[in-house]
Amino acid sequence: MSDELKLFSAKIRLETCKMLAHRGFGHLGGALSIVETLSVLFGSKMAVDPHRPDWDGRDYFVLSKGHAGPSYYATLALKGYFPTEVLYTLNENGTILPSHPDRLKTPGVDTTTGSLGQGISLAVGIAKALKLDGKPNKVYSIVGDGECNEGQVWEAFQFAAHQKLDNLIVFIDENRKQLDGLTVDVNNPFDLRAKMEAFGFYALRVDGSSEQAISDAIDDCFAHQNQALCIVLDTVKGQGVDYFEKLMDNHHIRFASDSKAELDKAILELEKQVVSGGAQ
Amino acid sequence: MAIVFAKEQKPIEMRAVYQQALVEILREHPQVVVMDADLVGASGTAKVFKEFPDRCINMGISEANMIGAAAGMSLVGKVPIIHTFAPFATRRVYDQLYLSGAYQKANLRIYGSDPGFTSGHNGGTHTSVEDLALMRAMPSATVLAPADATQFSWLLKETSKMYGIFYIRASRKGLKDIYDPASTFEIGKGVVLCEGSDVVIFAIGEMIEQALTAKDELEKSGVSVAVVDMFTVKPIDREIIEKMIVGKKLVVTAENHSKIGGLGSAVAEIMAENGYGIPLRRVAIQDRFGEVGLPDYLQKTYGLTKDDIIKAVSEVL
Repeated sequence: MSDELKLFSAKIRLETCKMLAHRGFGHLGGALSIVETLSVLFGSKMAVDPHRPDWDGRDYFVLSKGHAGPSYYATLALKGYFPTEVLYTLNENGTILPSHPDRLKTPGVDTTTGSLGQGISLAVGIAKALKLDGKPNKVYSIVGDGECNEGQVWEAFQFAAHQKLDNLIVFIDENRKQLDGLTVDVNNPFDLRAKMEAFGFYALRVDGSSEQAISDAIDDCFAHQNQALCIVLDTVKGQGVDYFEKLMDNHHIRFASDSKAELDKAILELEKQVVSGGAQ
Repeated sequence: MAIVFAKEQKPIEMRAVYQQALVEILREHPQVVVMDADLVGASGTAKVFKEFPDRCINMGISEANMIGAAAGMSLVGKVPIIHTFAPFATRRVYDQLYLSGAYQKANLRIYGSDPGFTSGHNGGTHTSVEDLALMRAMPSATVLAPADATQFSWLLKETSKMYGIFYIRASRKGLKDIYDPASTFEIGKGVVLCEGSDVVIFAIGEMIEQALTAKDELEKSGVSVAVVDMFTVKPIDREIIEKMIVGKKLVVTAENHSKIGGLGSAVAEIMAENGYGIPLRRVAIQDRFGEVGLPDYLQKTYGLTKDDIIKAVSEVL
């Protein structure tokens, strides 16, 4: 399983880099930090049917940190929701792939997100409604660590804990950076796992670049009932591409000569990785 | 639409109407859920929450999450009816209503209570004079301001069968009955309450009663007045405005809301677009904040009594 997921991660990362290289700019850092999580969710955990995006037996995914749209779109295309060529229309006039996910535009996108703090409320609402109906569907939502600056996030967390939403896993992508710099410098989030535990969650913290660790953590969470569930992902903004991991200002990148050359280099390396079956 | 006017005008507590309507709706529609933000006691719905403990959710004092969670629930088939005070139901959560609600085509009914002078002793912090303006500016939203208990109850039931963003503003306290409970309405269609030849008053909510009283007094001094209930503020009933303005010497609007962006603005837009050379007077709250006091005092202070309507007419005719 793990090798397959590593390959899927490499493909998602490759398509994400290619679409942003084609566009010339975009939210690269935060899109790359969630690649392995997307790979585990869409590659093994989630019940989805790309031929029936609205299938009511599906598991739901809410990308609360909506600016990571590009890697989400790459994942959906690779799953077969729409042709991968469509990825090159990112942000073009009239595209079905806007910067931030729009459920009315893109097959497979369950919720419209991007105004930070709002997606997680949608996720808790979906989870609560499914529980009311006694349905087994699961809900997964990824919140950014910077996004946790938003007060609404904590309203939603308190609700999830109070309602014991054990059909929802809240991922917090702790990539340690937000638009203006390091989270500890802009608005220190402190110990996110401990905060979630204090909020009443069963909360784990795992290596967000390890498909195996993420997969195990999901299984671990669902072994717990009657309690809200959280996995803090220890990640790096720009994850998986050395140059962009080290680049300080990597939230939204306009690819100029140096960074464009590095992105092209990364694409070549990722293509080799994909050909060799995902091994780094 | 089948209008029957109430025989006797007696005040009915709107919160009692809200409670009764919710019980009937919850019994009839299994997908309806009711949400409140720690104002269950204030909205008079404690009994409903007790009778339907699973489908009535007290979200706590977290309005932003309430709107988002309601929108999420609606995406998987639930039909939420949400209540909080008008300022918290609109300006506090505008972006949540706008994006999580309207923009992604969620399905929400929002009851914003105690608008304008009806906020009474809760004072300026809890007063909304701009909720209609905000909600009118939100694409796709339907904006409703019922005139009495019958209309409020009908709107709650009717919108529970519809899909979209519905904002309903009404006091929690008593409003005099205008309509007999046998009445039915049509969203988007105004109701002509009485015909007249000199002046037409377009009014909503609490101001309907004031307009009808003003009409009686004006007619004693020989001014013939038509009154129209414009309970759907958006989409505005352009047709009835165009029809009722014909031949009039003055148009008056009356609303418990700022003169900026509410009913008066909506009527003014149509009049300006059509190029009518008829004067318009807007009886509304001036460009100001709310304050604390008894509703009667506030109504006078904000210039929202029948006397203010009569004065507006007398100044022109």
